[in-house]
Amino acid sequence: MPTLTINGQEITVDANTTVLQAAEELGIEIPRFCYHDRLSIAGNCRMCLVEMEKAPKPIASCAMPVGEGMVIRTNSPVAEKARKGAMEFLLINHPLDCPICDQGGECDLQDQAVAYGRNDSRFDEIKRAVKDKYLGPLIATTMTRCITCTRCVRFATEIAGVEELGATFRGEETEIGTYIEEALTSELSGNLVDVCPVGALTNQAYAFAARPWELNKTESIDVHDAVGCNIRIDCRGAEVLRVLPRLHEDVNEEWLSDRSRYAVDGLGLQRLDQPYVRVNGKLQPASWETAFAAIKARLDGLGEDAGGKIAAIAGDMADVEAMLALKELFIALGSTDIDCRQDGAKIGGKHRGGYLFNTSIAGIEDADALLLVGCNPRLEATLVNARIRKRWLAGGFPVAVIGGVGGPGADLTYKYDYLGAGPATLAEVVDGSHAFAKILADAERPMIIVGSGAVARDDGAAVLELARNVAEKTNMISPDWNGFNVLHRAASRVGGLDIGFLPGDGGRDVAGIVDAAGKGEIDLVWLLGADEIDMAGLGDAFVVYQGHHGDAGAHRADVILPGAAYTEKDATWVNTEGRVQLGRRAAYPPGDAREDWTILRAFSAIMEQPLPYDNLQQLRHHMVEVVPSMGLIDEVGPGEMGAFGVAGDVDGAAFESPIDDYYLANAICRASAVMADCSRLYSGTGTNSGSTGGATGTDG
Amino acid sequence: MSFMRNNLRSLLLWEIVEGMALTFSYMFKKRVTINYPYEKGPLSPRFRGEHALRRYPNGEERCIACKLCEAICPAQAITIEAEPRDDGSRRTTRYDIDMTKCIYCGYCEEACPVDAIVEGPNFEFATESREELFYDKEKLLANGERWEREIAANLRADAPYR
Repeated sequence: MPTLTINGQEITVDANTTVLQAAEELGIEIPRFCYHDRLSIAGNCRMCLVEMEKAPKPIASCAMPVGEGMVIRTNSPVAEKARKGAMEFLLINHPLDCPICDQGGECDLQDQAVAYGRNDSRFDEIKRAVKDKYLGPLIATTMTRCITCTRCVRFATEIAGVEELGATFRGEETEIGTYIEEALTSELSGNLVDVCPVGALTNQAYAFAARPWELNKTESIDVHDAVGCNIRIDCRGAEVLRVLPRLHEDVNEEWLSDRSRYAVDGLGLQRLDQPYVRVNGKLQPASWETAFAAIKARLDGLGEDAGGKIAAIAGDMADVEAMLALKELFIALGSTDIDCRQDGAKIGGKHRGGYLFNTSIAGIEDADALLLVGCNPRLEATLVNARIRKRWLAGGFPVAVIGGVGGPGADLTYKYDYLGAGPATLAEVVDGSHAFAKILADAERPMIIVGSGAVARDDGAAVLELARNVAEKTNMISPDWNGFNVLHRAASRVGGLDIGFLPGDGGRDVAGIVDAAGKGEIDLVWLLGADEIDMAGLGDAFVVYQGHHGDAGAHRADVILPGAAYTEKDATWVNTEGRVQLGRRAAYPPGDAREDWTILRAFSAIMEQPLPYDNLQQLRHHMVEVVPSMGLIDEVGPGEMGAFGVAGDVDGAAFESPIDDYYLANAICRASAVMADCSRLYSGTGTNSGSTGGATGTDG
Repeated sequence: MSFMRNNLRSLLLWEIVEGMALTFSYMFKKRVTINYPYEKGPLSPRFRGEHALRRYPNGEERCIACKLCEAICPAQAITIEAEPRDDGSRRTTRYDIDMTKCIYCGYCEEACPVDAIVEGPNFEFATESREELFYDKEKLLANGERWEREIAANLRADAPYR
């Protein structure tokens, strides 16, 4: 623990910290461009030069480890002059195009040039110009602005795990690029825009749209996957212009996946902004009263045992408030046929530990062996995958995969053993006959991640049972460590399971509802943003679609009730860890659309079964009463274990990857032009993973 | 004595005579009024009149949608929307000035890095309706074309002092 003096203040820090980090702990700001907390140290921008006593020259503080008795001055004339010089060199080749640069207003170089640079330029020679590079449809490049800090190269190599960016040529000629001019094959590529300290890499979809000072910033939660990334929504008026990640060390650190970041243009397209009622086979615009009246008429027509003939399905982006309101409405109407598991996952029930990511995302970093069962975390939960890669990079972390990734060649950005494709291999791990069972048993904190590819099948409960057996046989569960994890794909899922949006006694699950609707046993199906079910199988049932996008559900619907998208409501979501997080409204829903729980509250009054809450506070209060864990905001709630899963026969079918197309996974993405471009570009393999060049014949 | 003089002055309306003398003396002096609108007074090159958006000599519009004028406008009279043009350059799709809000402070002109938005020498743009004072990009560019010679001359004249 060396002690050093910075600007006259003494501090004692760990031996492996750098001078810059020590200064940061003291609250002393040292300007920097190439240094980034989460990336390796490059030390090539020279902006962080400081004066060190007894050193002949200023030192690069980001790369200098602390030493006992060091005396550092960050604001001495020597340091200031060095900084000014470094800034002048950086600006030599940087164009003066701030007015047309999208980074203008939030540019590190701009800010630091004002704070630490000279007032004027002494450079009369000709500036360098660099040809722009192609990095795919998400990132716009203006490489002349690049100051070759290599943050992007290090991000792509270290965090994203795709070694596709690099620097070519030397000295002033240095250029950053992919060399072969191909789109980056990473689901984290949008973060390059954030790490770039200048305007060399900017957000293509947001190009020239707005300046940072005109945007209203709202801190919210992402719902494109079940990770529950913390985001900041930037709006101008009612239009969401971009989404940026927000720091949350335990969830997404400071990264965001491309789908969450770039699908926002879909929020303005294909929106349902007024109720519709199907008249003579055609959807006609209607008022709320007519739409409600049409549903009421249908319900009234069902007679006495209406409860048995109606069903509700919650989609993948539904919030907890809306699901709770819908559940209580349907219970009041006498129905037990409700389900939130669109993909048919055989999970849920009273043991919360049986459907949570118990280890927690940050907890992955403490694990020392991992078994992935029927899941492709790279596509299902990109930031969980980034965390696994981070742990893998630290070393001593054997990873094994059973099915779900599409084959042994799939690229998860880390090395793994492909044990097999189906439940048979999992059974081998359970009975200890497989070699990896020993690795798990020998590990101190092993973990297993069960994906929806494993549980969303007919024998899902039996697979879950097998996975639990793996966990129990290999001592994954102890008082201070829980290595059993279920990785969800839908933001609504854990919340739905927590509040029990599940079939009641004798109730039907999603497959049962669709089947019964097809046979005519169920007459009315209420879809709360559910688009990923078999619409054709619903037969002649009367379909009420409550949601925000004109997708599959709305096309099939007989009555459309326009709801709010995730950026348009104050709502609660629970991520795959069981972390309860609050999303906040950034813009109002378009047209006549309303927040989902208010629609249900209004309809309950029409049905003369009014729900017992009139505002969000009452609803939240009620929600916490019903499910106490909903009150633990931003805490990973208790995930008690138990005998979940059902012992039974498993069939030999391989675990399939549940994601057909990463970029078109939900209604917002399917409405987004940017996501359509991505899907087209990466459609050779259906997704971005596996062989990068598409169908090249190497993936068979 | 003074009583006599004061009475005599009022009796002879002496002050009127004095006033009329002053009045008639101006008949022989140079006129200070001008016959507006047929004649106009001189304007400073810095005069801040009606706004205009300028073009480069090759016809390309100068404005690059940096939005600095929108940001600086104390009356929030300027509204800009931008997107990439077909050739990839940064251009406005909308450039509105609400001339009823504008306080003619000239900050927009100061903020503009490319001398695109300027306040020209024109001050005769009264309209019959309020709506006509909501200028759009088309109107501003038309102003620029119409006043380019005067604006350019004014900018040239003021350039040494900037």
